[in-house]
Amino acid sequence: MTESPRSTTSTGSASSAGSAVRQPDPLVSVSGLAKSFGSNEVLRSIDFDVAPGSVNVLIGPSGSGKTTVLRSLNALDVADAGVVRIGDVEVDFGQRPVTKRQVATLRAQSGMVFQSHHLFPHLSVLENVTAGPVLAQRRNRPEAEAEARELLRLVGLEEKADAYPYQLSGGQQQRVGIARALAIRPQLMLFDEPTSALDPELVGEVLTVMKDLATQGWTMVVVTHEIRFARQVADQVLFMDGGVIVERGTADEVLTRPRTERARQFLHRILDPLD
Amino acid sequence: MNDQTFQLILDSLGPLLRATVTTTIPLTLISFVLGLVLALGVALMRLSSVPVVSGLARLYVSLVRGTPLLLQLFIIYYGLPAMGVRFDPFPAAVIAFTLNVGGYAAEVIRSAILSVPKGQWEAASTVGMGYTTTLSRVVLPQATRTAIPPLSNTLISLVKDTSLASTIQVTELLRVAQEAAAPTYEFFALYGVAAVYYWGVCLVLSFAQARLEERQNRYVAT
Repeated sequence: MTESPRSTTSTGSASSAGSAVRQPDPLVSVSGLAKSFGSNEVLRSIDFDVAPGSVNVLIGPSGSGKTTVLRSLNALDVADAGVVRIGDVEVDFGQRPVTKRQVATLRAQSGMVFQSHHLFPHLSVLENVTAGPVLAQRRNRPEAEAEARELLRLVGLEEKADAYPYQLSGGQQQRVGIARALAIRPQLMLFDEPTSALDPELVGEVLTVMKDLATQGWTMVVVTHEIRFARQVADQVLFMDGGVIVERGTADEVLTRPRTERARQFLHRILDPLD
Repeated sequence: MNDQTFQLILDSLGPLLRATVTTTIPLTLISFVLGLVLALGVALMRLSSVPVVSGLARLYVSLVRGTPLLLQLFIIYYGLPAMGVRFDPFPAAVIAFTLNVGGYAAEVIRSAILSVPKGQWEAASTVGMGYTTTLSRVVLPQATRTAIPPLSNTLISLVKDTSLASTIQVTELLRVAQEAAAPTYEFFALYGVAAVYYWGVCLVLSFAQARLEERQNRYVAT
């Protein structure tokens, strides 16, 4: 990879997330986030910060609320209360009504990679990647296509530009999903269990791309069960259970020397499932 | 079959073909295209979260599906003049068939839109698309694939339903056959020719449907 996406993606954007000097301010601040689905309280007062250029991994048992936290960062799930700030954009979900415009502005700050990719099946790989820039951001098509090919090269799929999604393997589809999310030039990348739906032998290629992004300085929030990935690249690990963040710290602190019994049990179960 | 009947059939081929090409087919196509536009609007209204909007759409669909098409034709052609609204036969038929297709196709389009996974809306929204762009660039292209077989049914039914327009003075295929048959009492022969013409039009449409489905399947694994 000759060129970091940061140098192409943040040109002309107001974001300074990619500057060489780390800014003291967090890129993302979440405070008091709460959400219920009916009588089921999935999030209770979630607070955390994301430093620019850091990799943040959310782990925890299913139903712990980690996906809802991630989906609250781009308002795919609209929280009942709490404040989400990404860069200069702040939305207070306690102040109803939250307008469509607020939601759209917040959503434009991040790129989202879904568990089951959600590629547009009727569009070619290249058209999937240019969908955001051309159809939504109204950017010049030749320029957007050139940039899309660059992103496809980044995820190792430049020769698949004209294929349809169904012609790709699960791992390739997910890598296109990553390229599509990068193409909108977001400030940070969100990953919702990006490898959970993949055959085991395809997980590696997706994690490799994600590690490359981390190396290039992308700010990332990742919901995953890949503990080894978290150990290798996470700057911050958040362990969630029952709608709260039970433990937080460096990968070493949370994954190697967990302080709480709940975190210990969870890690034990996923690392030694037969034990 | 005697020579006289045979001659009558031969003589009717031209006029019946002309009625098919100049009236039955245009009536079908114009009504279908306008009906689809109407149906898309009604389907989107039906999917609206505003109760009044979806309620109106529901009422419309219910009225269209709950009354005979022949009656709808009569109301527009014979009924509306009493309220001072008068149409020529052809426009009256176009209006009636458009409204009818609008009701039936609305339900087809609505269910086709609902068949597109929610994840597609979400993905479109995360790359910055609003409602209209998502609908036109992501959802409708995929919904089309689902909607083609049932909409083809609607179109093929419509071809035959246009024969009802013979009752409001539209000189379409059936009416021309009737007029040719009446003085000679050769109903079997002339209605037979008309039947073959209707069938021919429907065969062409079935063939077009198959081609269209093939084309739509280019992006799915088979």
